[in-house]
Amino acid sequence: MRALKKEVVIIGGGPAGLEAADSLNKLGHAVTILEKEERPGGKLSNWHKLFPDNVSADGILKQMIQKISGDIHLITNAKIRKISHEGKKYSVWFNEGQCIQAEAVLVAVGFDLFNASLKEEYGYGIYDNVITSAELESMFVNQKSLVTATGKTPGRVAFIHCVGSRDEKAGFRHCSSMCCVTGVKQAIEIKKRLPGTDVMMFYMDLRMHGRFYEDLYLEAQEKHHIQFIRGRLSESSENPDSSLLLKADDTLAGSPIKVRADMMVLLLGFVPTDFHKKMGEEFGVEIGSDGFFSPCDSHLDTNSAKTTGIFVAGACTGAKSLEYTLADARSASLKIHEFLLRSPSSNILN
Amino acid sequence: MNSFGFEIQKDNTIEYDKNDLSLAAFVLKHEPSLYNCIQCGSCSGSCPASAISSYQFRKMQLLMRRGEIKNLREDVAHCLLCGKCILVCPRGVNTRNVIRQIRIALNMN
Repeated sequence: MRALKKEVVIIGGGPAGLEAADSLNKLGHAVTILEKEERPGGKLSNWHKLFPDNVSADGILKQMIQKISGDIHLITNAKIRKISHEGKKYSVWFNEGQCIQAEAVLVAVGFDLFNASLKEEYGYGIYDNVITSAELESMFVNQKSLVTATGKTPGRVAFIHCVGSRDEKAGFRHCSSMCCVTGVKQAIEIKKRLPGTDVMMFYMDLRMHGRFYEDLYLEAQEKHHIQFIRGRLSESSENPDSSLLLKADDTLAGSPIKVRADMMVLLLGFVPTDFHKKMGEEFGVEIGSDGFFSPCDSHLDTNSAKTTGIFVAGACTGAKSLEYTLADARSASLKIHEFLLRSPSSNILN
Repeated sequence: MNSFGFEIQKDNTIEYDKNDLSLAAFVLKHEPSLYNCIQCGSCSGSCPASAISSYQFRKMQLLMRRGEIKNLREDVAHCLLCGKCILVCPRGVNTRNVIRQIRIALNMN
């Protein structure tokens, strides 16, 4: 295996990047991970417990970070400037003129969360008690007690599904597919901490598509008596006591509904990062109509970009759970390995 | 009072916080399987009474849980207690007992 050793650069030290680095290292390649933040882990660092089985996110992340050893080199605070190539060699430039050369580049830059303030009618950044799903998860991570802006235990918390998803006016037609289960997981967590708090979900469809997700839905109803109201939130307004008045159409009741809530949680959709556009414009990596990377073949080769030597993995090709992100990263590693074996400069062919 | 020839139209909005949720609480307490309802409508689809009236079990119980109970007595009077809805319910809701509990709460038995 050592004779085949090749250099691979991975852009992004989130779950996909870390998993691919481990796989590629085990396949005998030298890997450099370029991570923009101070620490690796990506969005997983802001997770408390994972759906659907409440496994500790921190425990999983620690196991993944422990694998960074041997021929895996991690560079943090790395801001990518450009990627160029000469023949079979790719140069990834970052920070002030630093460069890493490699024979393959794996792009694993993940996703951004929708900017909730764009949905002005929901009042994020305007009303005190409107928070995002990421902020709620961060409260769980940091062991902060769940209180309203005035320090009171909320009597009712309303979750709003599809914020920045399935909303062409907000610029995103796609379903982010992971927010439904995230919301139900978080709603259950609130009920476990505050059993007396009323929890309501405003949804359009519940897309509980993954294994055991439906069980979580049943648990939410059966054990925690969480209420599901089918209707997209139309608008919210703030009451004088800083609680919120929610207006929606209760589509299954056939009437509009008004509900007071002490706190509102916006379930943010997955959106492409700035890097997606940059890769598209400057390096010709194909972008789909949703703004995420489009691989070579949507069925048969989901990890190769159309640009030779560039590979994609994880949520940068569309919303994925951690489970599918990791599987995708391992799949990309194998694809890269095959590519490197075929490469004319490979020792096996020399 | 003078008649001006028009009246104020009733608002169709469900005012959840002003509504009476005690009846729903009673029914859910005595038949908690109703919490598991996913609003699929299998019950109403199979209901012989729904076929010939405006009564729908799904909608009736949903409105009850929103505190919209003004038509409840009339609604549950349509039920024949045949139990087809129990057979078709994918979540195992004891729909017939839901009707029974509503009738008990409304002193209809």
